[in-house]
Amino acid sequence: MDQRRKFHIWMAVTAALILAFSLAALCMGQFRIEPGRVLRELFVERGTDNVHTTIYNIRIPRVIMALAAGAGLAASGAAFQSLFANPLATPDTLGVANGASFGAALGILLGGGAFQVQALALVFGVAAVLLVFAVTRGVGGRDPSMLMVILAGLVISSLFSALVSLIKYIADPQDVLPVITFWLMGRFSGVTRASMLLALPLIAAGTGLIFLLRFRLNALSLSEDEARAMGVDLRLVRALVIAAAAMTTASVVSVCGVIGWVGLLIPHIARMLFGNDNRYVVPASVLFGALFMLAVDTLARCVNTAEIPVSILTAVIGAPVFILLLRKTGGLSE
Amino acid sequence: MSIEVRAGTFAYGKNEPILRDVSFSAETGETVAILGPNGVGKTTLIKCLLGFLPWERGSTVIDGRELRDFRGRELWQRVAYVPQARKPAFSYLAEDMVLLGRSPYLGDFSMPGARDREIAAEAMELAGISRLRGRSCAHLSGGELQLVLIARALAAEPEYLVLDEPESGLDFRNQLVVLDLIARLCRDRRLTVILNTHYPDHALRVSDKALLLFGNGMHLFGRTEHILTEEHMRALFGVDIAVRRERLNGKEYAAVLPLEILEKGENGPWTRP
Repeated sequence: MDQRRKFHIWMAVTAALILAFSLAALCMGQFRIEPGRVLRELFVERGTDNVHTTIYNIRIPRVIMALAAGAGLAASGAAFQSLFANPLATPDTLGVANGASFGAALGILLGGGAFQVQALALVFGVAAVLLVFAVTRGVGGRDPSMLMVILAGLVISSLFSALVSLIKYIADPQDVLPVITFWLMGRFSGVTRASMLLALPLIAAGTGLIFLLRFRLNALSLSEDEARAMGVDLRLVRALVIAAAAMTTASVVSVCGVIGWVGLLIPHIARMLFGNDNRYVVPASVLFGALFMLAVDTLARCVNTAEIPVSILTAVIGAPVFILLLRKTGGLSE
Repeated sequence: MSIEVRAGTFAYGKNEPILRDVSFSAETGETVAILGPNGVGKTTLIKCLLGFLPWERGSTVIDGRELRDFRGRELWQRVAYVPQARKPAFSYLAEDMVLLGRSPYLGDFSMPGARDREIAAEAMELAGISRLRGRSCAHLSGGELQLVLIARALAAEPEYLVLDEPESGLDFRNQLVVLDLIARLCRDRRLTVILNTHYPDHALRVSDKALLLFGNGMHLFGRTEHILTEEHMRALFGVDIAVRRERLNGKEYAAVLPLEILEKGENGPWTRP
């Protein structure tokens, strides 16, 4: 079948599934709500009881956040893979996740409220990338090689990882340490309307920027001289991609904690289906990521009375799905 | 219309200059071959020529304008670069790879349109590789990949084509396919071509002018038949060489015969051991 046609059909089906799953997710949970009631709440009239509060203050923010987190992380992963011309790159490659984790852990240790924890995570996530920039500038000059950037990312990432360990070490093991530990495993249970409204614009802006740059990402994945010879302003486009992915990832981590796998798994599923052209990979990652994250989070809060940390589920579900796809398609699309 | 290098000098870091006061030029429809032993700075020269590396002194001048006066994508609508063929980290379909050649005409946020796809298809036709359209670059042979990269360069509808060792690593037939394509582009499309090569035979076959890089900043430039003489090649490669010309089917062919390796005396010329 024609590649574009196949792509459009897949995207239409995925979008429809996202819509259906979102409605289902609003009904599901420890507290079940009739689908009819959900639809009435959404489209006809709003009630004033607990059901209304549950839908609008808990479930809708949570569903939207799950969709945004999946879409943002997957798009950032795809963008970084092209930027670094490395299929193993993830949104965390430049230390964003560890930086944000440190910020959050620090916030929890200092006894901050939800907003302070989120703000600190966001600030330190972005700070990690700025540090990476500073290090590469200092060592590699104005036009550092991408390998230098990855190495600097590795250094900054381990630095923040050590600092997180330090905080866990000094945190009170009775009450503070478990909170930090659970935060680090990723969860959507803490999502509120306020936290969603703070993170959503940044995630949308970052993901949107990556989407707009998708054809340029193809040129970026070639050698530096080739990309230059295509008229790409490397310094500008690289900075835009890094800023977009860092902003998206830091915002996601600041609300949901660390969610592994999505940024690596989803873009590769898109590659297996449609090849490496980012005109397909980026939009497919956005939709697949959103659907996957929503499914995982819904599962996380429905299978057990105590929620399962999301990172555990993304790996437990993601790994077999990935292996299955590898077998079916005969490897990463070449 | 011409592309020229004026007294270009370049050194890596604090080392002695690898290129010193190099000057050469190519006029519309001409082919210039750059020759020299390994490590003498052929690829460096191409990088400086295109602005990937900054000239320490001297400059590249295109159509009478300094390279650094070109803004943004404008330059790359006139000059296309064909790198040495290497498998990329992410491989694209051949047609998508060629379509990337349209990038100099697209803004950062734009997508290629139907017209761009048309031009890319024409470029593949011109390079004789329309049959490869739906194939992944990962599964192409070295020769096919090189032709895809040339087609990608042609998709930018350039006036100048700069190729870095376009025929090295290719089999006997594919070398000729690439060389004949280059000759055809110069003749029919009035493209100006600058290429690096390891093979004097190839320079004799396709080039109007030749630039010989001897190392230590020494170089020679002029019409190929004047420059690529047995004597110069002996000094260039340290190999005793005979050039034989043969008329076959009404066409003259030149063959370069390597006779034996020469030894370098104390600062003296190359001699037989």
